[in-house]
Amino acid sequence: MNCREFIGFLVEYLDGELQASVLADFEEHLSLCESCTAYLASYRETILAARLVSNEVLLNEAPEELIEAILQSRPR
Amino acid sequence: MSSDAALISSLQAGDADAFETLVRKYMPALLRVARRFLRSEEDARDAVQDAFISAYKSIRNFASNSQLGTWLHRIVVNSALMKLRSQKRRPEEDIEQLLPRFQEDGHQVIPSEPWDESAEAIMQRKELRKLVREAIDKLPETYRTVLLLRDIEELSTEETARLLGINNNTVKVRLHRARQALRAILDPHMRGVA
Repeated sequence: MNCREFIGFLVEYLDGELQASVLADFEEHLSLCESCTAYLASYRETILAARLVSNEVLLNEAPEELIEAILQSRPR
Repeated sequence: MSSDAALISSLQAGDADAFETLVRKYMPALLRVARRFLRSEEDARDAVQDAFISAYKSIRNFASNSQLGTWLHRIVVNSALMKLRSQKRRPEEDIEQLLPRFQEDGHQVIPSEPWDESAEAIMQRKELRKLVREAIDKLPETYRTVLLLRDIEELSTEETARLLGINNNTVKVRLHRARQALRAILDPHMRGVA
């Protein structure tokens, strides 16, 4: 497996969907390639960073005017 | 009986007070989800309103083995996606230049280097949080939507594909390209060379 193929398998790898034979090649490449080791680690951090930033709670609000609008629009 | 189970029973009996309880209880969570997908506050509020009305109309079909919060989450995601589809497409930046390049033998043209900073460190730095937020926002819409559904809302590939009307492989390709583009934007900042 080369770097191009390794990086192409990242989604399936992180989803635990790689077939055993591919997984063995993937892990062998990972153990030999410093660049792909760094790429995988930074790819994981990127996913986590996107999640943390997107879930950052800036406002935990329930605007009263929106509540009223929804209650008014409830089908009778 | 849990408080949600009692609430569902009251809603299914057509109790108006129960509907108000539902709206007040779940509004903040639903509004946060809608705001992640929709850039305008007005659109986010419209999507939340549509979601609650849709939930009200279909509460009789609510499966008792489901979680009310999860069910509402799916409904508001769907409302937000419908809103997005109705909007004019924005001019989009090409992300090709953010994807890794490879030599003929499959090695990366520019080898990747380890990051000095973690995702948790990003949360401590305002400018990096802003960078991540803006980078997600700048992704082409088809990529941004898949990233939000898979990595932020934590839906499966299959559910994301079903919601967007695309196949599983297209979800994986778009997700991978979105993650790679974000990684490339963060890379110089996380290695301290920006």
